[in-house]
Amino acid sequence: MDKDNDALKASEEQVLYANVLMIGVLAGLVLMGVTYFIYLTGIFPAHVDMSYLPQVWGKNVNEYLHLTNTPHGWEWTKLLMKGDFLNYIGFALLGLMTVGCYLLLVRGYMRQKDWAYTAISVLEIIVLCVAASGLLGGGGH
Amino acid sequence: MLKSRINMLGGQLFVLMAMVMTCPGIATATETMVDPAISSKPWWFWPLVLFVFCLVLGVLAVMAGVGGGVLYVPLVSGFFPFHIDFVRGIGLMVALAGALAAGPGLLKRNLANLRLALPVALIASTCSIAGAMLGLYLSSLNPDIIQACLGATIIGIACLLLFSKNTEKPVVTKQDAIGMALGIQGIYWDDGAQESVEWKTHRTLLGLFMFIIIGLLAGLFGLGAGWANVPVFNLLMGVPLKVSVATSKFLLSITDTSAAWIYLNRGCVIPLIAVPSIVGLMLGSFLGVRILAVAKPKMIRYMVIGVLFFAGFKALDKGLGLGFMG
Repeated sequence: MDKDNDALKASEEQVLYANVLMIGVLAGLVLMGVTYFIYLTGIFPAHVDMSYLPQVWGKNVNEYLHLTNTPHGWEWTKLLMKGDFLNYIGFALLGLMTVGCYLLLVRGYMRQKDWAYTAISVLEIIVLCVAASGLLGGGGH
Repeated sequence: MLKSRINMLGGQLFVLMAMVMTCPGIATATETMVDPAISSKPWWFWPLVLFVFCLVLGVLAVMAGVGGGVLYVPLVSGFFPFHIDFVRGIGLMVALAGALAAGPGLLKRNLANLRLALPVALIASTCSIAGAMLGLYLSSLNPDIIQACLGATIIGIACLLLFSKNTEKPVVTKQDAIGMALGIQGIYWDDGAQESVEWKTHRTLLGLFMFIIIGLLAGLFGLGAGWANVPVFNLLMGVPLKVSVATSKFLLSITDTSAAWIYLNRGCVIPLIAVPSIVGLMLGSFLGVRILAVAKPKMIRYMVIGVLFFAGFKALDKGLGLGFMG
């Protein structure tokens, strides 16, 4: 079979997944760089002072949350004006990227009437959304 | 000339990492109680050291053919002052970022295969949530439990890397019913052999079952699961090695996403140390890919396996409170 044969090429949904993922990853990394710069320079004051962190990052997460009065779950969205929590936007973008790509897959598989993979993709979206929701394991105290 | 310089560079990077790990300042940092020697260091000291450490780790991981997560968690938990809860959370973010960055290229080249990845991803990502929750629960009881189990797992991984012989193109005479029903097959172009390679799977049900265990371990310890994905795909299910490695890398972006969210929502990701880890490892991987083209990775691979054994025994020693290794 020739190298340029169509059978060797990635499927349409695979290419679309890849393109969207690439844009999202680049955006996430740039965002992380910008927010980290804002954090380090103190343009937005931090919720947990940087000089205090070495005293608490050796503690388990429950103690850390208690000592630093840090929220858990999606309550970090209330602290977006704080330099450290601003970085969570980049983390969240990386974490939500896959969900966005899977929505494209659902559309593609439905068009092809591939119901098995449509169902697998929908179930995966549910699993990822449940994980992201904070309903599981979000309790810090 | 260039190859010998690159190999020397690989050795020097290894020595640099060994120096960082054996630095007295880091050796004393393994205590989780507040230590005046640690708190006297400026806040930027550890993130900076971590960035350099992760940069080296990224280069070595690519050259050794292992994921960043499997090196990050045991080494950082053993030699840096951060609690293992944060190391696992950030380890997953590091593995996730690496997998997301590699995914597009692998999908476009049709080396990573969605039909293979999606069913196993569903199983592994669901189980990684359970693993993450179990890990956080055990850690709250006694972090030494996780440390000891991590040590044993890392030693097991090192043995697997040392002794497993992957097959470049396994022979699958007959596809099983599940593989056929799900259409888990494909074809890719092998640049090295200049030929197209068709593949299909067998023992698919057993392979899917293995991903339950893989997902659990990935979530429990905050490791990327590439060390397990590849042998299951290649040796058990009969997928060609290149497709196994590529699909495994892509698969991590799904498996690690679900576990990472559990740790993120619990507050286990400290931005000050997460961002230098992620950026350092990704930059290191980028450099590693460039160096890999001209380097002899076999020597680096054996060095890294040696480091994994050391890190595993260190974690086991720490978890069991034996104190043999300081």
